Amino acid sequence: MRSFRYARPETLSDALALMNEYGPNATVLAGGTDLIVRLRTGRALPAMVIDLKRVPALHTDIRECGAFLRVGAGTVMTDLIADERVRSRFPALAEAAHSVGSVQIRNRATLAGNICNASPAADTVPAMLVYGAVVNLVSQAGPRCVLLKDFFVGPGRSVLRRGELVESIDLPLPTLKQGSCFERITRRRGVDLATINLCCLVKASGETLFAYGAVAPTPLLVRDDSGKLGNPSLNEREKERILRRLVAHASPITDVRAESDYRAAMLLTTSRRALQTALERLQLQEVTL
Amino acid sequence: MTAAQVEQLTMTVTVNGQPHTLQVYPHHTLLDVLRDQLGLTGTKECCSMGECGACTVLLNGRAVDSCLVLAIEADEAEVLTIEGLARHGKLDAVQQAFLDKGAVQCGFCIPGMIMSTKYLLNTNAHPTREEVQDALAGNLCRCAGYYRILEAVAAVEEVTA
Repeated sequence: MRSFRYARPETLSDALALMNEYGPNATVLAGGTDLIVRLRTGRALPAMVIDLKRVPALHTDIRECGAFLRVGAGTVMTDLIADERVRSRFPALAEAAHSVGSVQIRNRATLAGNICNASPAADTVPAMLVYGAVVNLVSQAGPRCVLLKDFFVGPGRSVLRRGELVESIDLPLPTLKQGSCFERITRRRGVDLATINLCCLVKASGETLFAYGAVAPTPLLVRDDSGKLGNPSLNEREKERILRRLVAHASPITDVRAESDYRAAMLLTTSRRALQTALERLQLQEVTL
Repeated sequence: MTAAQVEQLTMTVTVNGQPHTLQVYPHHTLLDVLRDQLGLTGTKECCSMGECGACTVLLNGRAVDSCLVLAIEADEAEVLTIEGLARHGKLDAVQQAFLDKGAVQCGFCIPGMIMSTKYLLNTNAHPTREEVQDALAGNLCRCAGYYRILEAVAAVEEVTA
């Protein structure tokens, strides 16, 4: 690994000042499960690594903030999965976080890091998309909020500006009953990137959202407002027609994990399955308000 | 930037109950420091990418891949390695169960397997088989000796009793 300087700021303003000072030569370090691999392979060659783990403002816990559940930027997957509020109100996010890497990875990897890497295959992103997550950013210019659906620009690219950090992620607490589900296809369980992943959310109104991962340059959020998918007795032909229209937004590519045709076929199959589970959960009154 | 241009950092870390004050390079991992500076070669280096789990240690009680932790990130932390398990010459119950069940073939993955098992049993005293498989999903055995490893984890309770 090529050497670099290391700083461990203890306040947010010190962290932002360091990022400003070093500009493109600085990289921020949260969990490190992606960054340290990139440092080792030489894909990241920063002169300065700024470790954010001792900045109290980037808190490591989950808090209820008015209409939101607020996940601090330092929160690791293990703590997200264990949180009862996440499990009961955002179960697809707990399922998705549980599919990230391995126990060892989940003990280090942060939810914020999963967003900032802007991987089209990021497992936690489809869940956050269907739940309408908001990303709270901060820089020396001040704070701003971005809807997660507007955050990603391309593979590895987001609207995050130089000198800007994710401070927390807000998940709007559901006010009506809803059912949701995470599905994922991989070559093997544990420590493999998703071939495809997706989330389905059905609201009591029948409005249905899907978010797809690893089938486009960025994670995709699509929506059916007709309310028909929320009807468990909808005839199969009509359901199929709507699902096919939704998955047509995807543009999967061929890579080491799968061919594009396989991805497209499995996206449809997995969407059907996820819809079924989400509907069952909606009927079981998944969300206790 | 070469190593000579970068200053070493001072850190303190408690490894297996023993406090150490160390000078480390920022680009050295916890794994590098355990093996090369402290001579604790029980923790193995294999993939160096967080995929195989051979380098698993407990950092402040949590299982981590020590190849994915910079040494300096462990400043002021407590680290438990495979060398810290045996007490007064007596093997830890997990180590004993692995021996009793013949779970060790070439042995290279075993320190990581045992540390992941320690973490599992610290957080879940009575895991189901599925929970054991999930807990060890980040540990690869290149001898493919998984069956006896799972048998050994299931037998830890017997050893303890």
